[in-house]
Amino acid sequence: MTRLFDKTFWGLTIGLVALFALNFLLEEWMRSIGLQSLSRGCVAIGLLVLWRTGLVSFGHALFFGFGAYTVAMLQIIGVNDIILLLIGGCATAGLLALVLGFLLRQYRAIFFALLNMAFSMILYGVLAKVEALGSTDGIGINQVSFFGFVPSDDSYRPTLFIFAVIFAYIAAVGSHWYLKSTLGLMTMAVRENEIRVEYLGYSAEKAIHIKYVLSGVLAGMGGVIMALTIGHVDPDSMVYWTVSGDFVFITILAGTGNVGATFIGALVYELLRTYAFEFAPEIWQLILGGSLLLIIMFLPDGLWSIRSEWRNRRALAAAKSGDAPAGE
Amino acid sequence: MTLGTTKTTLRLVGAAVAGAVALGGGTALAQTVKIGTPSFLTGAAAPAFGIPAKKGAELIVRGINNGELPAPYNNSGLAGRQIELLVYDEAGGGTKQVTELRNKVQKDNVDAIIGIISSGTCAALTKVAEELKVLTIQTVCGTPRVFEEINKDPKYVFRTINHATANNVSAARYLAAKMKDKVKGFAGINQNYAWGQDSWRDFELAMKTLIPAAKASTKPQFPKLFSGQYGTEISALSRSRENIVHSSFWGGDLEAFIGQASARGLFKRKAFVLTVGETVAYRLGKKFPQGIMAGTRGPYGMYVVDDQTPLNQWFQREYRKAYGSPPSQPAYQYAQGFLAAKYAYDKAAKAAGKFPSTDQVIAELRGATFPTFVGNVKMGLSKGHQAITDDRWGVTAWDEKRGEVVVKDVVVFPPECVNPPDGVGSIEWLKGGMKGASC
Repeated sequence: MTRLFDKTFWGLTIGLVALFALNFLLEEWMRSIGLQSLSRGCVAIGLLVLWRTGLVSFGHALFFGFGAYTVAMLQIIGVNDIILLLIGGCATAGLLALVLGFLLRQYRAIFFALLNMAFSMILYGVLAKVEALGSTDGIGINQVSFFGFVPSDDSYRPTLFIFAVIFAYIAAVGSHWYLKSTLGLMTMAVRENEIRVEYLGYSAEKAIHIKYVLSGVLAGMGGVIMALTIGHVDPDSMVYWTVSGDFVFITILAGTGNVGATFIGALVYELLRTYAFEFAPEIWQLILGGSLLLIIMFLPDGLWSIRSEWRNRRALAAAKSGDAPAGE
Repeated sequence: MTLGTTKTTLRLVGAAVAGAVALGGGTALAQTVKIGTPSFLTGAAAPAFGIPAKKGAELIVRGINNGELPAPYNNSGLAGRQIELLVYDEAGGGTKQVTELRNKVQKDNVDAIIGIISSGTCAALTKVAEELKVLTIQTVCGTPRVFEEINKDPKYVFRTINHATANNVSAARYLAAKMKDKVKGFAGINQNYAWGQDSWRDFELAMKTLIPAAKASTKPQFPKLFSGQYGTEISALSRSRENIVHSSFWGGDLEAFIGQASARGLFKRKAFVLTVGETVAYRLGKKFPQGIMAGTRGPYGMYVVDDQTPLNQWFQREYRKAYGSPPSQPAYQYAQGFLAAKYAYDKAAKAAGKFPSTDQVIAELRGATFPTFVGNVKMGLSKGHQAITDDRWGVTAWDEKRGEVVVKDVVVFPPECVNPPDGVGSIEWLKGGMKGASC
């Protein structure tokens, strides 16, 4: 079983502990950025899981928004504990993914990407019509309790942060282990040669379906965290196709090498947006687009590839100078 | 060599720190009031709303800082301190705006937020503003839900413009006053989102009370927001029996609709009520339809272009001088938010004998009546946090001599005539036949 506790696991655990410690030092606006990065990071892990199979979804805001609106609807009927909201959000998003999966698992490439987008825009259209949920103006989310505990006003957001970190940690470690399992590793096989996978006795469609549900649950979790972070849900910033675009952006930015990288990607994206917005209020979208272009040109495998690039160079330099790096 | 580099680095760091301290010290000496102003700088709402709003804010801040304004706002600054204006983009949706509000308050330490155009932004920010304890003066957004549902017990959030219900009520009152017998029924074309849905509902309810004989179309049009193509809707409207058409269209959608409907002569066949039509009137100029009813949600823009109060004349003159075009309603409405702040800060400073705290400013603004460009703004609803002003409606015409769209046949409706009494929800009031309105 030691196989499970590999470098990535320990890296994520160190990240968990570090974020707990950091929670005491962070200013509120930074914590807010942190919370959003955790939320978007969760969704991006979901995309990463699909990406490894060679599938890109331009519609994961569907599940993200579903999770977020589940929080709003559960609060209307009086459910207000974070764990129930989380389970509710993940379950409804997962269920939706399960149902849609039967159709979507038959499609690949651009058809898969756009069908997802189509479904997300259907949800957008429905939400924009529902006056009870505030139509396009959205609806407010109340402060929640944590296993029955209601923190004071000052400690509410630090508490929320701790819970979000734990949720994201579970999501990341769980996904990492899944990707290392036989079923998870098969994803790459599906990407490389689907027919061959079928001949080996596995069902490619079933593998994709499982992934799709997993990514739906993760996106739902991201939606729950986002709803609680923002305190408001509205179709434009939860379900619109540009939101799905943000997730794809983060996945490209982070690269699909490692689940931990998605959080770094989400954080970089969040900071990029914050500062682009602050220093260039009239052309901030241009800066975001420009950065994406640069990433694709110079780091096609995302930020994570900086690490391997650096390693390669070091190894190359070491090889040149004659002595091999110790231990490798 | 290594040592040398380290030394240079250290020196550089030292210089940077010294520079930062000097800069920090500089701002601390000349104390300012930092105001964050969200407005649409990009996207569909920028040309007709965001940009004039930003210009209005920048002009009034210049006027306040230099003490250029006529009495009673003629001393410089907010409670003697210069305003430092941070205009930022309102585009990007509720999530982005909540984040940006946190950044502005917690990172940039703004003292107040003045602005906000979209109802969606107001809805998303109201609770957060209360949580962050930042004075927020909402200037343009219309939805009554801000204080009627989302934030029933406001402390830090104010709105200095009539909510949208008033605008649709006064439109119906204008029709009742001018052409009651001629109204054979009314159709509507509104964008399919909260603003459009609410506007149509309010107008329909007000008409039911005021002109009961006029029947609402059973098929009100709700095209998609930003769809830009209205061929089928225009055909349907042309064929409809109703002779009045209500629309809360704005921005690019309104311009596109006007272009397409003019080409097919729709404005000649139907009497149009464009609730925020004025926002594009100056941009379209002669192409803006004549003989239609276009609103500004109060005494702003082309309804007050000739009003002789010194404050209004200053604004008209300086705006035209600075930007080369007349000020439309968003410019007035943003500037009005700053006048509210100026009024409250100055009064609170006088009472306190020193620069006031946010709580002291709030105490002065709550329930206040302060002079605006034309007439007064009365913070009359929702525990003194929601403004009421008079509202004006008239019929558009092209003034050849000025080269501008003007309004004729204007009726001024007093605030109590078009707003619900304090404590009564808008929809409830409309459904109950608008009891308690005094005209």
